[in-house]
Amino acid sequence: MAYKRNVDRLPIIPADARVHNVTCHYCIVGCGYKAYTWPLKKQGTTDANWIGTDLSKQQDALTEAWYAPSMYNVVKQDGQDVHLVIKPDMDCTVNGGLGSIRGARMAENRRSDITGSQQQRLTDPLVWRYGTWQPTSWDDALDLVARVTARVIEQDNENDLYVSMFDHGGSAGGYENTWGTGKLYFGAMKVKNCRIHNRPAYNSEVHSTRDMGVDELNYSYSDYQVADTIVLAGTNPMECQTNLFLNHMVKGMQNGAKVVIVDPRRTVTVDSCEQVAGAENVLHLAITTGSDLALFNTLFTYIADQGWVDADFIAKSTFQGEVAVPEDAAHPAALGSYEAARAACKMSLAEGAAITGLTEAQIIQAAEWIARPKDDGSRRKTVTGYEKGIIWGNDNYRTIGALVNIGLITGNIGREGGGTCRLGGHQEGYFRPSDAHVGRPAPYLDQLLIAGGGKVHHIWANDHYKTTLNANAFKRVYNARTNMVKEAMDARAGATREELVDAIAGAIAAGGLFSVCVDVIHSQIGQAAHVILPAVESGEMNLTSMNGERRLRLVEKYMDGPGSALPDCLIAARMANHLERVLREEGRDAYADQFKGFDWQTEEDAFMDGYNSANPEVSYDRLRAAGNDGVQEPVKGYEGDKLVGTPRLYEDGVFTRHGREDGKALFCLGGWRGLQAPGKEQQKASHAFLINNGRANMNWQNWFLDQKNDFVMDRFPVPFIQINPDDMAGLGIKAGDMVEVYNDVGATQALAYPEPTARRGETFMIFGAPNGAQGNIVNAGTNELILPNYKHTWANIRKISDATPASARISFKSWEVEL
Amino acid sequence: MKCNRLVDAGRRQFLRGSLVGAAGAAAATVLPSAPAEARGVGLAMLSYPSNRLANIADLKVDEPMDVAYPDADSPGVLLKLGTKVDGGVGPEGDIVAFSVLCPHKGFTMSYNAGDKTLNCPGHFSRFDVEKGGQQVWGHATQNLPQFALRVDDKGDIHAEGVDDLIYGRLSNVLA
Repeated sequence: MAYKRNVDRLPIIPADARVHNVTCHYCIVGCGYKAYTWPLKKQGTTDANWIGTDLSKQQDALTEAWYAPSMYNVVKQDGQDVHLVIKPDMDCTVNGGLGSIRGARMAENRRSDITGSQQQRLTDPLVWRYGTWQPTSWDDALDLVARVTARVIEQDNENDLYVSMFDHGGSAGGYENTWGTGKLYFGAMKVKNCRIHNRPAYNSEVHSTRDMGVDELNYSYSDYQVADTIVLAGTNPMECQTNLFLNHMVKGMQNGAKVVIVDPRRTVTVDSCEQVAGAENVLHLAITTGSDLALFNTLFTYIADQGWVDADFIAKSTFQGEVAVPEDAAHPAALGSYEAARAACKMSLAEGAAITGLTEAQIIQAAEWIARPKDDGSRRKTVTGYEKGIIWGNDNYRTIGALVNIGLITGNIGREGGGTCRLGGHQEGYFRPSDAHVGRPAPYLDQLLIAGGGKVHHIWANDHYKTTLNANAFKRVYNARTNMVKEAMDARAGATREELVDAIAGAIAAGGLFSVCVDVIHSQIGQAAHVILPAVESGEMNLTSMNGERRLRLVEKYMDGPGSALPDCLIAARMANHLERVLREEGRDAYADQFKGFDWQTEEDAFMDGYNSANPEVSYDRLRAAGNDGVQEPVKGYEGDKLVGTPRLYEDGVFTRHGREDGKALFCLGGWRGLQAPGKEQQKASHAFLINNGRANMNWQNWFLDQKNDFVMDRFPVPFIQINPDDMAGLGIKAGDMVEVYNDVGATQALAYPEPTARRGETFMIFGAPNGAQGNIVNAGTNELILPNYKHTWANIRKISDATPASARISFKSWEVEL
Repeated sequence: MKCNRLVDAGRRQFLRGSLVGAAGAAAATVLPSAPAEARGVGLAMLSYPSNRLANIADLKVDEPMDVAYPDADSPGVLLKLGTKVDGGVGPEGDIVAFSVLCPHKGFTMSYNAGDKTLNCPGHFSRFDVEKGGQQVWGHATQNLPQFALRVDDKGDIHAEGVDDLIYGRLSNVLA
């Protein structure tokens, strides 16, 4: 039997409930929600309530006057227990009242002492003491962090301090918190050995589009509604950006748009597009995995040869000449003019078809839908979305560049109904001092750690154990190195702080690693940490972020954080305060002075110190007034009591992301060169199955809260791997069996889920699970510029167990709707 | 909404016409009356009517029957699946009943006999009626509310409770 909450009635929101603006903190779409709070011992009635609707009657579909049990909880607000309802905002242009399977569970996934939800949230700092973690005060925990950190940093050399820090918005990210950590590590210090939450280096996921002058988020979501053609390359928006798909792409299809989908896998997005647009208006290019670059270069060549290009746009807005930026260690392809790109990227239909496994007719069809002018000669409006299929795929730099090339030759960037954009994972919310000192290619932090590098490791909401590559090796070494420090600490139980720091320093000198983990839960990498610092999330603090169309909103604080947990920006500030104090005690005054300027008391102080310093028009009050529609960045001014934003970039045809003064976009001169990352071809040759991998609708992100959510864990108690039923039969595997997926670099486990549309020999495994990390079997080889290629992993599969009772009771039916 | 092919073929009753028949079934029920001040407050899972939905002799395998529960405005489906399932009632343990309002946005779902699922035309969520209404894939944040059934010695099937909140009402039993 499926999990049921056995909740058959909910308290009614009263008319005088407090209302707060909330942007969903999960995916990049950033759907608008409203949080309602009111005192515990009261509620509205069926005839007097927040919405003035007669609730004694059944409400219709799409009603505003209903909320699900998952949208309800009891939480603390200013120390008092209050009812909380977080429901989709009907008036938000992003989602129009739609809620996703993620965002519509925000309330349920708040920590509550009354309902017992999310008791896994950290409430107090923990330090490793007496052989386990002991709760303590902020001052005690941060004193230890500062004293150990101060031992390994020098004013002109901070290379032994390794830092893993999120750079995203939403959740516990956002402008306040990226500024807090950014000012600490890139301002007070110049930390070089660092990485971002989802990749093993501190780099962009989309270097090439930026180098070409084209910011990766250049359109407005409304462009999907007026496009003639929607191209989705290596992305699965029905699952991963759900309400962008349902509220914008669906409207585009209903307005007549055709859809081209590039994906080796038949995703739910393909099925949903066929349902909406009709199969005749959907072209699914099920390419050979990793051959995207060959497809894009073939399309580019064909479109150019047909003359279906926007010659005026190319002449006015793109670089004229040959090569503007030569290929070198920081640029995996040269950048230059349209004509130079035609020469460098030239690929015939026959070559393209052979490499991609498509027919020439399919490629021609795609080119026509993308670029062939209409009968009246007018330009076809084509909008292109791409994401991890190519970002975490083969030859990142050249593949993204090749896709942007197509946007440029067809004049579809900076125009209504156009845009070539990544769809994104998290929201964004990046404001930091320059990272130029990090260098490019950036240090491959995880491999440096494996090789014994680093002495102190600060981790801000990263969980390498679940979401890095080569994860088996990483965990093995990380456990060993941090255990050396734990053993040294255990051996000095009862010692003074000075003696303890000496003992830790001794273990570090012997190859150990001191680990400090800032997170909202006790993460898997946190199991190895010596100090654990509790952070709050969006809604437990005021937090600003922007979505995939650069829409900036303020999530208003609607509840208290757990225990003594703090916003990350304030944790960074307090860490800086303690480092300043310790350095001064040690007589290092000049160095201590670098840690001034962290006297923030609130997250708004951090916002004003950071984001507002470059965007003086933007304040909390103005964002609060802008509500869930916020303002699209960049903010241009403040007129008539409203912030004035920018719905679409580059409408003037001037491209700036590369920083070139001429404002001309560059083309990417990147020819096809096979599977680029080291070790991929060999792994492919020696293993039976492609282990394609990614996110799914319900199991998005990495389960950090959902590992304690009964509704989610009931559906998939362990990560799934979708396998063709004939392949399952060949392996002697039944639905629900636990299989081991193993190869030359590691092993992991998953639940076998029969998927008839999966091609033989090609599986799909859910990424980032707590109890079966797909990253265990991804080899260490990255694309140039240290961009991981998760998608191209090959392994063998064997049964290790019959289905557990929890796995046996789940549904194994198709995900494709049957109407 | 798009119609199921099987509906088009006229092979079953489900979603055809209105809820008149179901309303008739519910009319035999005396709904509990609550004092005005107690509206929406009452104890959970305790105040359900017992409504006769059908007799087991009325049911054929995979021919869904329109029902409504706990009242005429809450459409549901009564199904004989042909194989025993967890939570099924009747001599074969294969009779189940569910709300047909998608718990995501309240669209009325259709039954696909091919793989025994309820499917939403609104945003394409689908639910497995052989697995207690588990959402196979979709946007709802709960599995499908299932009606608790009891079969008496005459073979009459009675609905007597619902295990999750029905879309469009903040109390399954309306005040």
